[in-house]
Amino acid sequence: MTRTLPRTSEPAVGKPIDRVDGTAKTTGAARFAAEHPYPGLAHAALVHATISRGRITAIDTTEAAAIPGVVTVLTHHNAPALKPPRKVSPLDLSTMASGTSVAYLNTDEVHWDGQPVAVVVAETLTAAREAAALVKVVYAPMRSTVDFLAEEPNARPQKGNLLMSGSAKKGDAEAALATAPVRVEGRFTTPPHHHNAIEPHATTAVWDGDRLTVHDATQSIDWLRSHLALRFDVPAEGVRVIAPFVGGGFGGKAMIWPGTILTVMAARATGRPVRLLLTREGVYRTVGGRTPSTQRVALGARTDGRLTALVHTSVTYTGRVGGSPEQVTSQSKHVYDAENILVRQNLVELDLISNTSMRAPGDAMGTFALEAAIDELAYELGMDPIELRMRNEPERNPIDGRRFANRNLREAYRLGAERFGWADRTPEPGSMRDGRWLVGMGVATAFHPAWQFLANVTVRLSVDGTVLVRCGFQEMGMGGATAQAQIAADALGVPVESVRVEYGDSTLPLSPAAGGSMQTASVASSVLAACQKLRRKLAKLGPPGETPAAVLARAGVPSLEASVGSDSRLGRLTGQARFLAKLLRDQRRWMRAASGAQFCEVRVDPDTGETRVSRWTAAFDVGRVINAKTAVSQLRGGIVMGIGMALSEETLVDPRTGRIMNPGLGEYHVPVHADIPPIDVAYLDEPDPTMPLGLIGVGEVGITGVAGAIANAVHHATGRRIRDLPITLDKLL
Amino acid sequence: MRTFSYVRAPDVETALRAVADEPNAKFLGGGTNLVDLMRENVERPDVVVDISRLPLTGVEELPGGGVRIGALVRNSALAAHPLIRTRYPVLSQAILCGASAQLRNMATVGGNLLQRTRCLYFYDGASACNKREPASGCAAIGGFTRNHGVLGVSEHCIATHPSDLCVALAALDAEVEVESTRGTRRIPLTGFHRLPGSTPHVESALEPDELVTAIELPAPITERSRYRKVRDRASYAFALVSVAAALETGGGTVTAARLALGGVAPKPWRAVEAERVLLGAPATEESFRAAADAELAAATAQDGNTFKIELARRTIVATLRDLTSDGSAT
Repeated sequence: MTRTLPRTSEPAVGKPIDRVDGTAKTTGAARFAAEHPYPGLAHAALVHATISRGRITAIDTTEAAAIPGVVTVLTHHNAPALKPPRKVSPLDLSTMASGTSVAYLNTDEVHWDGQPVAVVVAETLTAAREAAALVKVVYAPMRSTVDFLAEEPNARPQKGNLLMSGSAKKGDAEAALATAPVRVEGRFTTPPHHHNAIEPHATTAVWDGDRLTVHDATQSIDWLRSHLALRFDVPAEGVRVIAPFVGGGFGGKAMIWPGTILTVMAARATGRPVRLLLTREGVYRTVGGRTPSTQRVALGARTDGRLTALVHTSVTYTGRVGGSPEQVTSQSKHVYDAENILVRQNLVELDLISNTSMRAPGDAMGTFALEAAIDELAYELGMDPIELRMRNEPERNPIDGRRFANRNLREAYRLGAERFGWADRTPEPGSMRDGRWLVGMGVATAFHPAWQFLANVTVRLSVDGTVLVRCGFQEMGMGGATAQAQIAADALGVPVESVRVEYGDSTLPLSPAAGGSMQTASVASSVLAACQKLRRKLAKLGPPGETPAAVLARAGVPSLEASVGSDSRLGRLTGQARFLAKLLRDQRRWMRAASGAQFCEVRVDPDTGETRVSRWTAAFDVGRVINAKTAVSQLRGGIVMGIGMALSEETLVDPRTGRIMNPGLGEYHVPVHADIPPIDVAYLDEPDPTMPLGLIGVGEVGITGVAGAIANAVHHATGRRIRDLPITLDKLL
Repeated sequence: MRTFSYVRAPDVETALRAVADEPNAKFLGGGTNLVDLMRENVERPDVVVDISRLPLTGVEELPGGGVRIGALVRNSALAAHPLIRTRYPVLSQAILCGASAQLRNMATVGGNLLQRTRCLYFYDGASACNKREPASGCAAIGGFTRNHGVLGVSEHCIATHPSDLCVALAALDAEVEVESTRGTRRIPLTGFHRLPGSTPHVESALEPDELVTAIELPAPITERSRYRKVRDRASYAFALVSVAAALETGGGTVTAARLALGGVAPKPWRAVEAERVLLGAPATEESFRAAADAELAAATAQDGNTFKIELARRTIVATLRDLTSDGSAT
């Protein structure tokens, strides 16, 4: 039993509170991974392989070493030994952290074009980079497989894992499809993408004996700590990872890529603090991106629009040296109440760098194909695309009949349609114009599963009325610390200004990686539990009706602390096991997800096919919103990224060589400000009863459905169905 | 970037002498392209001669209605200049379509002429490129060719000239004034850039010791001119196709036309065939289409840029249509 504390301030949860680190970032006081000064700091630069597979037969560093200021040039001839990464185990999630399986600079083998084959360490950054260009490498190339589309016929079924099945079915979808009164079927493709966070990956590494301090641009502080300890064969207790500020990640900083490991190695080899700031090209060459995909979506329906068959299959790639299968067809199990469903994901293996998570892995691609196909079906039926969706809105999770923890998609569509003015749309393609511009309006469903993982937290209340929340989570601009301060403030009944949150340091209690839209919910759950413990302790000290500070003062207690979880080796292991069991149990009981309705208006130039997005409205069901400003920012950012995916972004991997040919912001076209219209983001603020405070993560759902909505709007404007992203103007000529 | 020596020239004479006996020297204007290319190790000068302080920053009216533009006039200053905005709208528009505001504040007119291609394989030291490394081959052919040329290309090089400003200059009959220790000469803009042939590394008529000092524009044939740039995003992207056009009509007939294309050729492409068809033809969409067809008859495409031929045709027609549909054409 806990009692209600007297409220000394307005509730903070839900308010559009400014981010707590905003001032530090805007004034430049915030130090990012490449901004930490150390006496004797040396700078590193990477040399990248220029073949996709083969062996190094000779490597000449003479010219590089002769550049004034060069400290050393590390190659596989002189680099310190590196332990291999461990096999992936669900009881230690850090085993998932290895970007690739390559033993960097411990082998003469080359496994992808861009693999680091040497590291130059120098007194200055310019000397390091000048010397890196002078390292001469001779290769014996071997046959490699790098052409995704050519390899597609060799795709094999993807194996499932704990969180994701490679395939699923209900009934006989292909048979139902064959006899369906109305049918649509299409092949869809999406290209490779890269994250392009504003801060390139960077590391500063400092050894002191066997103790290591690393400042790194990472989304996974704890994984990095364990992984570095393993690779460099030192006790994890001696490794400290510090990353309070990360300049965007989007999944690209979740795994541990060669740059980080080679910086630590260079510091080990030289006995000096070493900093590596990747060039933008270096990020493309040494950090995985989003896999391309080919997808088939086939829908069968009765003439009233009820789906009888939904088939969604996909092919993506993983690298021969690593990568993760993605849940491309996942939404097709959850979004529409089809009588028969078949989803199947397939994989090819290529001699490219591992693919990696990028904002809504799988779902960003899958919702494009599924939502475009649904729109095609609506036209085939002569039905409004929202009406078609509502007729197929499920009561229970379509694939297996589980209950939805929350499902308010009807309400999201109603709200979105009203704000957008969907009723003004005339359905016939090409029927709306503004001057010479063809105007089109499109809609699509956004969907992303909700997760929660283990987080340890301590909360301390001091007699001066301040509260300190400690948890080693990571902040990449999402507003994590601000949200947790709001949550703790309300849980303890104190003003949000009196709460300080410490995060971004591996000496703090364990946090899960920032990914999968689960950090805020995971940490919140433990913050709430710790605050509750604290209130129980407080109740023993004094009568109700006083502020927490007053209770402490009268009891003569300087501070009170409560913890959730243990950071000992055993504590982590049992915590992880317990959590995994709960995760699986929850997964069997409920289907939990964020969802939403994406509405957009595009303008297409009838002469040139240029497509510009002119208006956006989105209405989301993301449970309870903790911070009205940062949550909306995240959702809006997802939409911006989706606009890039729909219209312009594509990593050009030369199918002849496996080499990325546009490794920079000049030729990889992320949207610029002029591409982005005003984006109206609304949310229902309906708590999910199964999540802490009813909140659902907002990091990824924003990008889902965006490309589908745009493709549908382009069809409405022009009558053309473009099933291959990006929708560039040549496809509309 | 490799180590180089840096000379700051206080006047033109010093600048010219600094490069006269230095075979591997480069002039530094705004640095918006040269410095990038040095960072990528594509440009590897031994000596960089900083000319950014030379007094070549004037925009002056010439007798007869023309304009003389100093080579170091910043792009943004030129675009905003009243003389340019009123008499040569096509030039002002072309500049404002290029790069970003920050880059335009740095970039100079002279440097813009010498901008190098954005071919992905030219930028990549690991790829064969006849322009970067003579006789090494062309990796672009058979590769990604979305930003490559369909006119004036050769089997040795299919790269395009990336400038917007130069496309307008080509349409405006600009002349380039160049100076060396040997003297001063003038080169028509349309003859300034070279087609690749078998020597794609030779990009202009400029000798290594020559400095661009000014651009001169004759009086415009009309103040009715327009620049239309088609690209993959709304801003900060190079042209897939661009059209610079000036059109004068009388009695429903084209009495004078100037047309140049960007994004489709190794040089700013003056569309002489199209102009020939337009002159004396009725100012109708049909004529515009015939003119575009005439210009593009010789076009040859790669897998990745076939669309440019149709896109160029449509953009030419749309731009000429715009110039005649604002009510001022008779």
